Amino acid sequence: MAGLGMRDIKRRIKSVNSTKQITKAMELVSSAKLRKAKEHLEKTRPYFNMIGETINEIVASTKGVKHNYITPRAVEKTGYIIITADRGLCGGYNSNVIKTAISHLEDKERASIIAVGQRGRDYFKKRSFDLDGEFLSPSENPTYSYAHNIGELSRELYKQELVDEVYIIYTEFISTISYKPRVVKLLPLEVNEEAAVKEREERMTYEPSPEAVLDYLIPKYIDSMIYGAIVESAASEQGARRVAMESATDNAEEMIDSLKLQYNRARQASITQEIAEIVGGAEALK
Amino acid sequence: MSSKFHLQVIAPDKILLDEEIDKVIIRTTTGDIAILQDHIPMVSPLSIGKMTIINDGNKREAAFASGFIHIDLNKTVIMTDAAEWPEEIDLERAKKAKERAEDRLKNEYENIDLVRAEIALSKALNRINIVQK
Repeated sequence: MAGLGMRDIKRRIKSVNSTKQITKAMELVSSAKLRKAKEHLEKTRPYFNMIGETINEIVASTKGVKHNYITPRAVEKTGYIIITADRGLCGGYNSNVIKTAISHLEDKERASIIAVGQRGRDYFKKRSFDLDGEFLSPSENPTYSYAHNIGELSRELYKQELVDEVYIIYTEFISTISYKPRVVKLLPLEVNEEAAVKEREERMTYEPSPEAVLDYLIPKYIDSMIYGAIVESAASEQGARRVAMESATDNAEEMIDSLKLQYNRARQASITQEIAEIVGGAEALK
Repeated sequence: MSSKFHLQVIAPDKILLDEEIDKVIIRTTTGDIAILQDHIPMVSPLSIGKMTIINDGNKREAAFASGFIHIDLNKTVIMTDAAEWPEEIDLERAKKAKERAEDRLKNEYENIDLVRAEIALSKALNRINIVQK
Protein backbone atom coordinates (compact mmCIF):
# COMPACT_ATOMS: atom_id res chain seq x y z
CA MET A 1 0.00 0.00 0.00
CA ALA A 2 3.04 2.18 0.11
CA GLY A 3 2.49 3.38 -3.40
CA LEU A 4 -1.00 4.67 -2.73
CA GLY A 5 -1.56 8.30 -3.39
CA MET A 6 -3.38 10.57 -1.01
CA ARG A 7 -6.60 10.39 -2.92
CA ASP A 8 -6.61 6.58 -2.92
CA ILE A 9 -6.08 6.49 0.80
CA LYS A 10 -8.88 8.94 1.31
CA ARG A 11 -11.21 6.80 -0.76
CA ARG A 12 -10.33 3.73 1.23
CA ILE A 13 -10.97 5.49 4.52
CA LYS A 14 -14.36 6.48 3.26
CA SER A 15 -15.24 2.97 2.17
CA VAL A 16 -14.06 1.37 5.41
CA ASN A 17 -15.96 3.97 7.32
CA SER A 18 -19.22 3.20 5.57
CA THR A 19 -18.72 -0.50 6.22
CA LYS A 20 -18.11 0.34 9.82
CA GLN A 21 -21.35 2.22 10.00
CA ILE A 22 -23.20 -0.80 8.67
CA THR A 23 -21.61 -3.22 11.09
CA LYS A 24 -22.18 -0.82 13.94
CA ALA A 25 -25.85 -0.57 13.06
CA MET A 26 -26.15 -4.33 12.79
CA GLU A 27 -24.48 -4.68 16.14
CA LEU A 28 -27.00 -2.37 17.74
CA VAL A 29 -29.92 -4.11 16.09
CA SER A 30 -28.76 -7.55 17.12
CA SER A 31 -28.08 -6.51 20.69
CA ALA A 32 -31.63 -5.24 20.91
CA LYS A 33 -32.87 -8.48 19.41
CA LEU A 34 -30.64 -10.46 21.70
CA ARG A 35 -32.20 -8.84 24.71
CA LYS A 36 -35.64 -9.79 23.47
CA ALA A 37 -34.60 -13.31 22.60
CA LYS A 38 -33.02 -13.74 26.02
CA GLU A 39 -36.17 -12.63 27.79
CA HIS A 40 -38.14 -15.06 25.71
CA LEU A 41 -35.67 -17.81 26.51
CA GLU A 42 -35.87 -17.18 30.21
CA LYS A 43 -39.63 -17.45 30.09
CA THR A 44 -39.69 -20.67 28.11
CA ARG A 45 -36.89 -22.50 29.85
CA PRO A 46 -38.90 -23.63 32.90
CA TYR A 47 -41.50 -25.21 30.65
CA PHE A 48 -38.88 -26.78 28.48
CA ASN A 49 -36.97 -28.28 31.43
CA MET A 50 -40.08 -29.31 33.29
CA ILE A 51 -41.61 -31.18 30.41
CA GLY A 52 -38.34 -33.03 29.88
CA GLU A 53 -38.19 -34.06 33.52
CA THR A 54 -41.81 -35.09 33.69
CA ILE A 55 -41.62 -37.16 30.55
CA ASN A 56 -38.52 -38.87 31.80
CA GLU A 57 -40.16 -39.77 35.06
CA ILE A 58 -43.28 -41.01 33.42
CA VAL A 59 -41.50 -43.09 30.84
CA ALA A 60 -39.19 -44.48 33.52
CA SER A 61 -42.12 -45.57 35.64
CA THR A 62 -44.07 -47.10 32.78
CA LYS A 63 -41.45 -49.69 32.08
CA GLY A 64 -42.89 -52.53 30.12
CA VAL A 65 -45.43 -50.40 28.36
CA LYS A 66 -45.01 -50.84 24.66
CA HIS A 67 -45.29 -47.75 22.60
CA ASN A 68 -44.35 -46.96 19.07
CA TYR A 69 -42.37 -43.90 20.12
CA ILE A 70 -40.38 -45.69 22.82
CA THR A 71 -39.48 -49.07 21.38
CA PRO A 72 -36.32 -48.74 19.31
CA ARG A 73 -36.06 -50.45 15.96
CA ALA A 74 -33.23 -51.28 13.58
CA VAL A 75 -31.88 -48.07 12.16
CA GLU A 76 -32.02 -47.82 8.42
CA LYS A 77 -32.37 -44.13 8.09
CA THR A 78 -31.83 -41.30 10.51
CA GLY A 79 -33.79 -38.09 10.52
CA TYR A 80 -32.15 -34.82 11.48
CA ILE A 81 -33.86 -31.60 12.36
CA ILE A 82 -31.19 -28.97 11.85
CA ILE A 83 -31.75 -25.47 13.09
CA THR A 84 -29.75 -22.69 11.45
CA ALA A 85 -30.34 -19.03 10.77
CA ASP A 86 -31.84 -17.44 7.71
CA ARG A 87 -28.99 -15.05 7.22
CA GLY A 88 -25.26 -15.09 7.58
CA LEU A 89 -22.96 -12.49 9.11
CA CYS A 90 -23.11 -14.14 12.47
CA GLY A 91 -19.66 -15.58 12.89
CA GLY A 92 -19.43 -19.33 13.10
CA TYR A 93 -23.04 -19.81 14.14
CA ASN A 94 -24.31 -21.53 11.01
CA SER A 95 -21.15 -23.36 10.13
CA ASN A 96 -20.81 -24.76 13.64
CA VAL A 97 -24.26 -26.29 13.47
CA ILE A 98 -23.62 -27.70 10.02
CA LYS A 99 -20.23 -29.05 11.02
CA THR A 100 -21.76 -30.79 14.02
CA ALA A 101 -24.44 -32.26 11.80
CA ILE A 102 -21.95 -33.49 9.22
CA SER A 103 -19.77 -35.17 11.80
CA HIS A 104 -22.80 -36.79 13.41
CA LEU A 105 -24.32 -38.21 10.28
CA GLU A 106 -21.90 -40.76 8.99
CA ASP A 107 -23.54 -41.76 5.79
CA LYS A 108 -25.13 -39.23 3.53
CA GLU A 109 -27.37 -41.85 1.95
CA ARG A 110 -28.86 -42.79 5.28
CA ALA A 111 -29.69 -39.33 6.48
CA SER A 112 -32.88 -37.45 5.97
CA ILE A 113 -32.81 -33.76 6.73
CA ILE A 114 -35.48 -31.42 7.95
CA ALA A 115 -33.85 -28.03 7.52
CA VAL A 116 -35.00 -25.14 9.64
CA GLY A 117 -33.56 -21.84 8.47
CA GLN A 118 -32.40 -20.86 5.05
CA ARG A 119 -28.68 -21.29 5.55
CA GLY A 120 -29.00 -24.93 6.47
CA ARG A 121 -31.46 -25.58 3.70
CA ASP A 122 -29.19 -24.06 1.06
CA TYR A 123 -26.24 -26.03 2.31
CA PHE A 124 -27.95 -29.41 2.28
CA LYS A 125 -29.82 -28.74 -0.93
CA LYS A 126 -26.69 -27.80 -2.79
CA ARG A 127 -25.04 -31.02 -1.71
CA SER A 128 -28.12 -32.98 -2.71
CA PHE A 129 -28.94 -34.45 0.65
CA ASP A 130 -32.27 -36.09 1.15
CA LEU A 131 -34.31 -33.08 2.21
CA ASP A 132 -37.65 -34.07 3.68
CA GLY A 133 -38.79 -30.74 4.89
CA GLU A 134 -37.77 -27.13 5.00
CA PHE A 135 -38.90 -24.36 7.28
CA LEU A 136 -37.73 -20.79 6.99
CA SER A 137 -37.18 -17.85 9.35
CA PRO A 138 -37.13 -19.67 12.65
CA SER A 139 -35.49 -16.94 14.65
CA GLU A 140 -37.85 -14.02 14.19
CA ASN A 141 -40.47 -14.44 16.85
CA PRO A 142 -40.66 -18.22 17.13
CA THR A 143 -44.12 -19.58 17.89
CA TYR A 144 -45.29 -22.83 19.34
CA SER A 145 -47.38 -23.71 16.32
CA TYR A 146 -44.32 -23.31 14.11
CA ALA A 147 -42.56 -25.92 16.23
CA HIS A 148 -45.68 -28.04 16.18
CA ASN A 149 -45.58 -28.22 12.38
CA ILE A 150 -42.00 -29.40 12.44
CA GLY A 151 -42.85 -31.95 15.12
CA GLU A 152 -45.81 -33.18 13.14
CA LEU A 153 -43.67 -33.73 10.07
CA SER A 154 -40.99 -35.62 11.96
CA ARG A 155 -43.56 -37.83 13.68
CA GLU A 156 -45.20 -38.55 10.36
CA LEU A 157 -41.87 -39.61 8.87
CA TYR A 158 -41.23 -41.78 11.88
CA LYS A 159 -44.65 -43.41 11.80
CA GLN A 160 -44.33 -44.26 8.14
CA GLU A 161 -40.92 -45.74 8.93
CA LEU A 162 -39.22 -43.41 6.50
CA VAL A 163 -36.83 -42.65 9.33
CA ASP A 164 -36.04 -44.88 12.30
CA GLU A 165 -34.70 -42.30 14.66
CA VAL A 166 -34.87 -38.54 14.88
CA TYR A 167 -32.23 -36.16 16.16
CA ILE A 168 -32.41 -32.46 16.59
CA ILE A 169 -29.33 -30.30 16.17
CA TYR A 170 -29.46 -26.81 17.57
CA THR A 171 -27.31 -24.24 19.31
CA GLU A 172 -27.53 -24.05 23.04
CA PHE A 173 -27.37 -20.59 24.52
CA ILE A 174 -24.97 -20.78 27.45
CA SER A 175 -24.22 -17.10 27.95
CA THR A 176 -24.14 -13.92 25.91
CA ILE A 177 -20.75 -14.84 24.50
CA SER A 178 -20.88 -18.60 24.58
CA TYR A 179 -22.96 -21.00 22.48
CA LYS A 180 -22.62 -24.66 21.82
CA PRO A 181 -24.12 -26.80 19.09
CA ARG A 182 -25.95 -29.76 20.59
CA VAL A 183 -27.37 -32.99 19.28
CA VAL A 184 -30.40 -34.41 21.07
CA LYS A 185 -32.23 -37.60 20.27
CA LEU A 186 -35.97 -37.12 20.01
CA LEU A 187 -37.25 -40.44 18.75
CA PRO A 188 -37.43 -43.15 19.89
CA LEU A 189 -37.60 -41.73 23.34
CA GLU A 190 -34.68 -42.67 25.51
CA VAL A 191 -35.04 -43.02 29.23
CA ASN A 192 -32.56 -41.09 31.24
CA GLU A 193 -30.73 -43.64 33.39
CA GLU A 194 -30.70 -41.53 36.53
CA ALA A 195 -34.44 -41.06 36.54
CA ALA A 196 -34.99 -44.73 35.82
CA VAL A 197 -32.86 -45.84 38.75
CA LYS A 198 -34.93 -43.85 41.20
CA GLU A 199 -37.54 -46.42 42.10
CA ARG A 200 -40.89 -45.09 43.08
CA GLU A 201 -42.48 -45.95 46.37
CA GLU A 202 -45.93 -45.52 45.02
CA ARG A 203 -47.12 -46.41 41.60
CA MET A 204 -48.27 -43.66 39.34
CA THR A 205 -51.81 -43.73 38.16
CA TYR A 206 -52.51 -42.86 34.58
CA GLU A 207 -55.87 -41.57 33.54
CA PRO A 208 -57.37 -43.02 31.40
CA SER A 209 -54.50 -45.44 30.63
CA PRO A 210 -50.70 -45.33 30.34
CA GLU A 211 -50.90 -45.73 26.59
CA ALA A 212 -53.36 -42.87 26.23
CA VAL A 213 -51.19 -40.64 28.38
CA LEU A 214 -48.08 -41.48 26.38
CA ASP A 215 -49.97 -41.01 23.13
CA TYR A 216 -50.71 -37.51 24.21
CA LEU A 217 -47.49 -36.70 26.02
CA ILE A 218 -44.82 -37.83 23.63
CA PRO A 219 -45.90 -35.64 20.70
CA LYS A 220 -46.22 -32.79 23.19
CA TYR A 221 -42.74 -33.49 24.42
CA ILE A 222 -41.32 -33.47 20.92
CA ASP A 223 -43.06 -30.23 20.04
CA SER A 224 -41.80 -28.51 23.12
CA MET A 225 -38.28 -29.85 22.63
CA ILE A 226 -38.31 -28.40 19.13
CA TYR A 227 -39.80 -25.16 20.37
CA GLY A 228 -37.19 -24.91 23.10
CA ALA A 229 -34.44 -25.67 20.60
CA ILE A 230 -35.66 -22.94 18.28
CA VAL A 231 -35.80 -20.40 21.08
CA GLU A 232 -32.30 -21.34 22.23
CA SER A 233 -31.02 -21.13 18.68
CA ALA A 234 -32.64 -17.77 18.10
CA ALA A 235 -30.94 -16.32 21.16
CA SER A 236 -27.62 -17.86 20.14
CA GLU A 237 -27.94 -16.48 16.64
CA GLN A 238 -28.45 -12.94 17.85
CA GLY A 239 -25.63 -13.32 20.33
CA ALA A 240 -23.27 -14.69 17.69
CA ARG A 241 -24.21 -11.93 15.31
CA ARG A 242 -23.67 -9.26 17.91
CA VAL A 243 -20.22 -10.58 18.75
CA ALA A 244 -19.30 -10.91 15.06
CA MET A 245 -20.45 -7.39 14.29
CA GLU A 246 -18.73 -6.00 17.33
CA SER A 247 -15.39 -7.40 16.25
CA ALA A 248 -16.04 -6.26 12.67
CA THR A 249 -16.61 -2.73 13.95
CA ASP A 250 -13.44 -2.92 16.01
CA ASN A 251 -11.46 -4.12 13.02
CA ALA A 252 -12.85 -1.34 10.87
CA GLU A 253 -11.84 1.19 13.48
CA GLU A 254 -8.34 -0.20 13.60
CA MET A 255 -8.11 -0.08 9.84
CA ILE A 256 -9.31 3.50 9.73
CA ASP A 257 -6.68 4.45 12.30
CA SER A 258 -3.85 2.93 10.34
CA LEU A 259 -5.12 4.41 7.08
CA LYS A 260 -5.36 7.82 8.69
CA LEU A 261 -1.77 7.52 9.81
CA GLN A 262 -0.76 6.62 6.29
CA TYR A 263 -2.77 9.49 4.92
CA ASN A 264 -1.17 12.00 7.25
CA ARG A 265 2.26 10.72 6.42
CA ALA A 266 1.58 11.04 2.72
CA ARG A 267 0.23 14.54 3.27
CA GLN A 268 3.27 15.56 5.25
CA ALA A 269 5.57 14.08 2.64
CA SER A 270 3.87 16.06 -0.09
CA ILE A 271 4.04 19.31 1.92
CA THR A 272 7.68 18.74 2.66
CA GLN A 273 8.31 18.15 -0.98
CA GLU A 274 6.47 21.31 -1.97
CA ILE A 275 8.49 23.39 0.50
CA ALA A 276 11.68 21.82 -0.76
CA GLU A 277 10.70 22.74 -4.28
CA ILE A 278 9.88 26.35 -3.34
CA VAL A 279 13.09 26.71 -1.40
CA GLY A 280 14.97 25.16 -4.31
CA GLY A 281 13.28 27.59 -6.72
CA ALA A 282 14.07 30.61 -4.53
CA GLU A 283 17.64 29.46 -4.20
CA ALA A 284 17.97 29.26 -7.99
CA LEU A 285 16.72 32.86 -8.41
CA LYS A 286 19.47 34.33 -6.28
CA MET B 1 -53.85 -24.54 57.71
CA SER B 2 -51.51 -27.36 56.99
CA SER B 3 -53.56 -29.04 54.32
CA LYS B 4 -51.88 -27.19 51.49
CA PHE B 5 -49.89 -28.52 48.60
CA HIS B 6 -47.60 -26.94 46.07
CA LEU B 7 -49.01 -26.19 42.66
CA GLN B 8 -47.16 -24.97 39.61
CA VAL B 9 -48.97 -23.92 36.47
CA ILE B 10 -46.52 -23.64 33.59
CA ALA B 11 -47.24 -22.50 30.05
CA PRO B 12 -44.64 -22.20 27.29
CA ASP B 13 -44.49 -18.44 27.62
CA LYS B 14 -44.83 -18.01 31.37
CA ILE B 15 -45.30 -19.48 34.80
CA LEU B 16 -48.86 -18.65 35.73
CA LEU B 17 -48.79 -19.85 39.31
CA ASP B 18 -46.19 -21.22 41.69
CA GLU B 19 -47.48 -21.38 45.25
CA GLU B 20 -49.03 -23.36 48.10
CA ILE B 21 -52.77 -23.77 47.68
CA ASP B 22 -55.67 -25.62 49.29
CA LYS B 23 -57.46 -27.06 46.33
CA VAL B 24 -57.60 -26.99 42.56
CA ILE B 25 -60.40 -28.13 40.28
CA ILE B 26 -59.37 -28.83 36.72
CA ARG B 27 -60.88 -30.39 33.62
CA THR B 28 -59.12 -33.48 32.34
CA THR B 29 -60.02 -35.38 29.20
CA THR B 30 -62.07 -37.75 31.33
CA GLY B 31 -63.88 -35.06 33.33
CA ASP B 32 -63.44 -32.54 36.10
CA ILE B 33 -61.26 -33.54 39.00
CA ALA B 34 -60.56 -31.78 42.27
CA ILE B 35 -57.15 -32.16 43.80
CA LEU B 36 -56.44 -31.81 47.48
CA GLN B 37 -53.35 -32.48 49.47
CA ASP B 38 -52.05 -36.08 49.46
CA HIS B 39 -53.61 -37.02 46.19
CA ILE B 40 -52.23 -40.26 44.76
CA PRO B 41 -49.52 -39.73 42.14
CA MET B 42 -51.25 -39.43 38.83
CA VAL B 43 -50.80 -38.18 35.31
CA SER B 44 -53.64 -37.17 33.06
CA PRO B 45 -54.07 -35.13 29.89
CA LEU B 46 -56.21 -32.02 30.15
CA SER B 47 -58.93 -30.78 27.88
CA ILE B 48 -59.81 -27.15 27.24
CA GLY B 49 -61.52 -25.39 30.09
CA LYS B 50 -61.05 -23.48 33.27
CA MET B 51 -59.29 -24.29 36.46
CA THR B 52 -60.50 -23.10 39.81
CA ILE B 53 -57.88 -22.50 42.43
CA ILE B 54 -59.01 -22.24 46.00
CA ASN B 55 -56.68 -20.81 48.57
CA ASP B 56 -57.65 -19.63 52.07
CA GLY B 57 -61.25 -19.39 50.97
CA ASN B 58 -60.39 -17.22 47.96
CA LYS B 59 -61.46 -18.54 44.62
CA ARG B 60 -59.54 -17.72 41.47
CA GLU B 61 -60.21 -18.90 37.98
CA ALA B 62 -57.97 -19.22 34.97
CA ALA B 63 -58.45 -20.36 31.41
CA PHE B 64 -56.24 -23.06 30.01
CA ALA B 65 -56.01 -24.93 26.74
CA SER B 66 -54.97 -28.59 26.88
CA GLY B 67 -51.79 -29.91 28.40
CA PHE B 68 -51.39 -32.38 31.22
CA ILE B 69 -51.32 -32.56 34.96
CA HIS B 70 -48.66 -34.41 36.89
CA ILE B 71 -49.46 -35.03 40.54
CA ASP B 72 -46.58 -36.24 42.62
CA LEU B 73 -46.11 -36.78 46.33
CA ASN B 74 -44.98 -33.33 47.23
CA LYS B 75 -45.96 -31.21 44.29
CA THR B 76 -48.39 -30.92 41.46
CA VAL B 77 -47.48 -29.53 38.09
CA ILE B 78 -49.89 -28.43 35.43
CA MET B 79 -48.22 -28.03 32.07
CA THR B 80 -50.47 -26.40 29.57
CA ASP B 81 -50.23 -24.94 26.08
CA ALA B 82 -51.80 -21.69 27.21
CA ALA B 83 -52.98 -20.34 30.52
CA GLU B 84 -54.44 -16.96 31.37
CA TRP B 85 -56.10 -15.18 34.23
CA PRO B 86 -59.41 -13.60 33.24
CA GLU B 87 -57.88 -10.11 33.25
CA GLU B 88 -55.19 -11.23 30.82
CA ILE B 89 -57.62 -12.49 28.23
CA ASP B 90 -57.98 -10.36 25.15
CA LEU B 91 -61.74 -10.54 24.71
CA GLU B 92 -61.73 -8.93 21.28
CA ARG B 93 -59.20 -11.40 20.02
CA ALA B 94 -61.15 -14.33 21.44
CA LYS B 95 -64.34 -13.08 19.80
CA LYS B 96 -62.61 -12.73 16.48
CA ALA B 97 -61.15 -16.20 16.82
CA LYS B 98 -64.62 -17.51 17.58
CA GLU B 99 -66.10 -15.89 14.48
CA ARG B 100 -63.28 -17.17 12.34
CA ALA B 101 -63.64 -20.70 13.61
CA GLU B 102 -67.43 -20.66 13.25
CA ASP B 103 -67.10 -19.36 9.73
CA ARG B 104 -64.72 -22.16 8.86
CA LEU B 105 -66.91 -24.83 10.36
CA LYS B 106 -70.04 -23.55 8.65
CA ASN B 107 -68.65 -23.03 5.20
CA GLU B 108 -66.39 -26.06 5.06
CA TYR B 109 -63.80 -24.47 2.86
CA GLU B 110 -61.40 -26.66 1.05
CA ASN B 111 -58.12 -27.41 2.75
CA ILE B 112 -59.44 -26.48 6.12
CA ASP B 113 -58.67 -28.69 9.01
CA LEU B 114 -62.03 -29.17 10.70
CA VAL B 115 -60.57 -30.63 13.84
CA ARG B 116 -58.37 -27.62 14.20
CA ALA B 117 -61.23 -25.23 13.66
CA GLU B 118 -63.21 -27.04 16.33
CA ILE B 119 -60.35 -26.79 18.77
CA ALA B 120 -59.95 -23.10 17.97
CA LEU B 121 -63.64 -22.57 18.54
CA SER B 122 -63.67 -24.28 21.91
CA LYS B 123 -60.58 -22.33 22.99
CA ALA B 124 -62.24 -19.06 22.02
CA LEU B 125 -65.52 -19.96 23.74
CA ASN B 126 -63.67 -21.00 26.85
CA ARG B 127 -61.91 -17.64 27.05
CA ILE B 128 -65.10 -15.71 26.42
CA ASN B 129 -66.98 -17.68 29.07
CA ILE B 130 -64.40 -17.01 31.69
CA VAL B 131 -64.30 -13.28 31.09
CA GLN B 132 -68.03 -12.78 30.84
CA LYS B 133 -69.08 -14.39 34.02
